[in-house]
Amino acid sequence: MCLPLVALIGGLVAYPFFYSIYLSMLNKRETAFIGLDNFRFLMTRDVFWQVVQTSFVFTGLAVFWKAVLGFTLALVIHTVPTGGQRIWRGLSLIPWVMPLALSSLGWWWIYEPTHSALNWLLVLIGISPKPWLSDPYWAKVAVILVNVWYGTPFFMITYLAGLKSIPAELFESSAIDGASGLQRLRHITLPMLKSIIAITMLFSTIVTLATFDIVRVLTRGGPRQSTHMFGTYAFELGIASGDVPLGAAVSLFMFPILAVSAFFILRGIRRSTV
Amino acid sequence: MIRTKRARRALTLLVCYGVIAGFVVFFLFPPYWMAITSFKTNQEIESLEGIPLIIQHGATLRHYRDLFAKTDFLLYFMNSVLVTVPVVFFSMVISVLAAYALSRLGFAGAGVIGTGVFLVYLVPDSLLFIPLFKIIGALGLLNSKWSLVLVYPTLIVPFCTWLLIGYFASIPKELDEAALVDGAGHLQMLVLIFLPVAVPGLIAATIFAFTVSWSGFLYPLAFIFSSGEQVLTTGTVTSLIKGDVYHWGGLMAGALLASLPPVLLYVFLMDYYISGLTAGSTKG
Repeated sequence: MCLPLVALIGGLVAYPFFYSIYLSMLNKRETAFIGLDNFRFLMTRDVFWQVVQTSFVFTGLAVFWKAVLGFTLALVIHTVPTGGQRIWRGLSLIPWVMPLALSSLGWWWIYEPTHSALNWLLVLIGISPKPWLSDPYWAKVAVILVNVWYGTPFFMITYLAGLKSIPAELFESSAIDGASGLQRLRHITLPMLKSIIAITMLFSTIVTLATFDIVRVLTRGGPRQSTHMFGTYAFELGIASGDVPLGAAVSLFMFPILAVSAFFILRGIRRSTV
Repeated sequence: MIRTKRARRALTLLVCYGVIAGFVVFFLFPPYWMAITSFKTNQEIESLEGIPLIIQHGATLRHYRDLFAKTDFLLYFMNSVLVTVPVVFFSMVISVLAAYALSRLGFAGAGVIGTGVFLVYLVPDSLLFIPLFKIIGALGLLNSKWSLVLVYPTLIVPFCTWLLIGYFASIPKELDEAALVDGAGHLQMLVLIFLPVAVPGLIAATIFAFTVSWSGFLYPLAFIFSSGEQVLTTGTVTSLIKGDVYHWGGLMAGALLASLPPVLLYVFLMDYYISGLTAGSTKG
């Protein structure tokens, strides 16, 4: 009964993975085996290092902000009366439910510099308008902001589930002992949620590093390749420019980070269930 | 003492509601802005006067009418449906069978497959789209929406299997022993005992499958080039943008309508959706 599953994973995940390694060692026309030359070539290119840098900065900042904001939101929702929690939780998940490519299209319009809402709001509160998607710095801010908007609900929902799993007696007895809210957060909530916080962040590291939709729709990697990440750059080289082996090589650079994150997620889950 | 305590609680709540309100505005602003834009006339969208956050000069349905009359939006919609229905069906069949086997049959290697399934769940689409592009090409499915029916289950089945194993594992073993004694086969047992108990899990898994299939963007962008085979996400993003002048009203109308099915599903089945989302963190 596992046969369809094994066939699916074997044929369309495991085989493509090894095939990808093989592909990455061919020349552009796929006629000759050139070993690690594609990887060597990439390492000599400034654009590639730009992609590496953007990918790490994007992933680091986005995961950090999603974790902080998601935790804050989970905490405040957990504090208000139970009856209202459902509606707030429900409304907060909308960004996560909308297809990301389409909501990115909405953000693309929000970032439009002259006719749209964001710069209008900035001017309203006395901040000068920003060249959102045409300046390398602000374009990076823009794509990270969309990722934070999209991913914070997921963090909120897992952290909220975690908060609900902490026995209420723990808080009651600490309240009797005179612990303040901040002390309870530091000595009860955070230690109890340690593994959920870590697993969620690792999981999000994988998903965030693999970002494609947001960058493709908002900037296509521009301006001047400044917002390309591994996925969009691999698409640009492998599909749009037709150098399949080089594109495969770019994608494979993601693999070590994915593998390390996956290892720690697996270990974290085993520990918290045993 | 009691008064200060009550005052402090009121203050805490006030701060909490303030923070929640800030988040909700942040979360809902993009869909709101998309909706507002889609009902504005072109003149109002292009105007630099007044407050852009509200409709001041009368709402219009023109962008929606044009979407159906002048673009291929309905075709993309049909393509999305034609892809999503078989994807959900096959993904669920594969997941249910595998989850049953892994949770009950106890054969050698079940643990390895279980761990493998979890690892595959962590594989993102942007890692393998290039070899898949070659494989789809070799199978003669390039530029066909049916290529998506082949590849989408790889993004869906691992999570659904994993989710369903959790539900199946909670069914007491005595129940299937009794059924086996009564002469029921494995398939009968699965259909008569396991599936009814796991209905919430099946709903959560189905929602997940639908959402992944409906929202997919990278695979159709990589595998499909011609307009006639396009699904909603890629069709809206690539084909509705024409020329140098962006038709923001029409674009937002399309993006909003295309987003509606998963959002509606979520609104009606929110609790199942959330139980599926949190299965990872709470069930282990």
